[in-house]
Amino acid sequence: MAEKRRVLITGVSRFLGLRLAKRLENDDSIEHIVGVDLEEPPVEIKGLEFVRVDIRNPLIARVLEATKVDTLVHTNISSTPGRLGGRSSMKENNVIGTMQLLAATQRSERIKKVVMKSSTAIYGSAPGEPSILPEDHALKQVDLSGYSKDCAEGEQYARDFGRRRPDVKLAILRTQNLLGPTIHSNLASYFSLPAIPTALGYDPRLQFLHEEDAVEALYQAMTVDCNGIFNVAGDGIVYLSKAIRLLGRVPIPLILPAAQLAAEALRSLGLVDFPTDQLKLMVYGRVVDASRAKEAFGFSPKWTTEDALLDFRDHRRAEDEPSGKSRPSWERELFEYLKQRTEAPKETVDG
Amino acid sequence: MAEAEIIPIDAHSRATDRDQSPASRIRCRATTSSGRPCRNYAGRGSDYCKTHATNDESRQSHPSSRRGRERNTELIEQAQEDVSELGFQEWIRRRLAGDYFVDDFGYDPELARGLLLQLAKPLYDNYFRVKALGVDRIPNEGPALLVGNHSGTVAIDAVMMQYAVATEHPKKRAVRNVAADLVFRLPFVGPFARKTGNAVAHDEDAYGLLKRGELVGVFPEGYKGVGKGWRERYKLQRFGRGGFMEVALRTRVPIIPVAIVGAEEAYPMIANAKVLAKALGFPYFPITPTFPLLGPLGLIPFPSKWRIEFGDPIPMDDYPEDASEDAMLVFDLADRVRDTVQQMIYRNLNARRGVFF
Repeated sequence: MAEKRRVLITGVSRFLGLRLAKRLENDDSIEHIVGVDLEEPPVEIKGLEFVRVDIRNPLIARVLEATKVDTLVHTNISSTPGRLGGRSSMKENNVIGTMQLLAATQRSERIKKVVMKSSTAIYGSAPGEPSILPEDHALKQVDLSGYSKDCAEGEQYARDFGRRRPDVKLAILRTQNLLGPTIHSNLASYFSLPAIPTALGYDPRLQFLHEEDAVEALYQAMTVDCNGIFNVAGDGIVYLSKAIRLLGRVPIPLILPAAQLAAEALRSLGLVDFPTDQLKLMVYGRVVDASRAKEAFGFSPKWTTEDALLDFRDHRRAEDEPSGKSRPSWERELFEYLKQRTEAPKETVDG
Repeated sequence: MAEAEIIPIDAHSRATDRDQSPASRIRCRATTSSGRPCRNYAGRGSDYCKTHATNDESRQSHPSSRRGRERNTELIEQAQEDVSELGFQEWIRRRLAGDYFVDDFGYDPELARGLLLQLAKPLYDNYFRVKALGVDRIPNEGPALLVGNHSGTVAIDAVMMQYAVATEHPKKRAVRNVAADLVFRLPFVGPFARKTGNAVAHDEDAYGLLKRGELVGVFPEGYKGVGKGWRERYKLQRFGRGGFMEVALRTRVPIIPVAIVGAEEAYPMIANAKVLAKALGFPYFPITPTFPLLGPLGLIPFPSKWRIEFGDPIPMDDYPEDASEDAMLVFDLADRVRDTVQQMIYRNLNARRGVFF
């Protein structure tokens, strides 16, 4: 790419947008980064021009015009209703936001590449579906609700956009459930529960995408010339039962109706913001075929599903350990002492 | 265990676990992003754990990556060999630690070998006294499509076929049956079916498994086969819509016809309680001489004498590239396979002296 890119990232204050901006910070092939969100990004990013604008507002077209961007990365589709103040405003943000943004983008003369983050939630979870879902598997839109439906509708707008602007390269990334040391997602909080509620008699096959890989996928889809819909997921699968064992936690099997109630309870307690429509994932699971992304833009995840889970486990565990600041001094000393006592024998063996 | 060096990560950690006790293993030298020393154990012959290893070769060869797909079978074979060497305690330990290999379809070789086959063994050896013929006609490696007759109300014929190949075949291969989605909807049964190597009866699944070099078992009669009445025993029903044939032609994988005799008498279905079936959402509700009359006791099958014959492979190489698009050809070939299976059934029925001998 001889020409340097001018990139606009939506949802720049949220997890993926922020990390992508960070990733582009020192990249020579990027001329300018524009970040769009309602809140200011929590971290300072060198060379980022932050514009506070709601993507639902038609003014976004003026931003696209004024910043002269040629690449758009749309990461502003949210799966957590709690953060946005309820399901209806989440839908407003996801669907209407995408619609307005793409309508504005369609007008833009300079735009050459659009990358949109969607989700594998779009496939839903059902027992009769293929075990490994390819991108062209027919979606059952009727069964979708909540986040999955938002993604399906968002993708529909993106496809319309692609049809109207065939000169623009469009990549839609269906990312698998994200997991990693720093992400705060439904799944991360679910796996952080001391005891993990499961559906009795079911053991879903799960697949994860490491947070760093997700950023890398967005980056590669943005820089490599590619067009189409791509599943993005870590290699391999893990059963929920095995995941719980690897995490060293205890499962609480609940019969299905009770599991639904438990999900409601956890949500109202603010422990896990797990939308009830995602419950099916924890019953039937979902695994996708991510080989197309490898072929089209050479994306090969660094972390397998299991590695992502283990990385999540190891870092969360470190966080769980009492940190020095919040504890009284005697307790800190005792903790240090106990740590030395327990680690000492191992050291001698190692040496 | 000379091969342990080239086994990708999942199997790797397992191999090292057995060889070295945790105390003698060194920790990874890397520092994590949070500034603490990494707490993972270092891999064999390396100073770093698999997360921080600098060469990504081990990751490249993961079974689901395109290049590593051939490795899937290898990994499965590895796990299968392992389980025969494992003691019961070690098997339990691995279960509890989450230390076992599972392929993308959910096949868990250690569970299948360690549990399902152990449960099926007395049924196979002593109860049904299964005689398996022509098991060696199944290739030692590479994909093949086993097409069998389905009967006997509950699908134990599928399990017996799996057992026959898993124990009597020289390579002890795993048969990956495809099952109706109802199976995966049921609690307990669904996950168990997955872990013992079954996949969804969907072209995509059969195709994916064959592409990975697996042995796939299909019962094209589906519910019509298992849910047919006593009067129609050993009469092959319609072979679905020929989907299995399309898959075979598309992948150019040989078809091995399989005849299973004996399953019909194990659970003779004398009537079908349609109203009850409808209420429960099942395709049929069987009434046998003992079920539901004797309650749970009625679930015990009759000790019929079984024979399973594997026929000669029917090659698919000679058909043109786009043969799977030719609907007439597909139906014609499916019919021929069906005839072959039917002939094999009659032959084996004659060879059997009586229902119970």
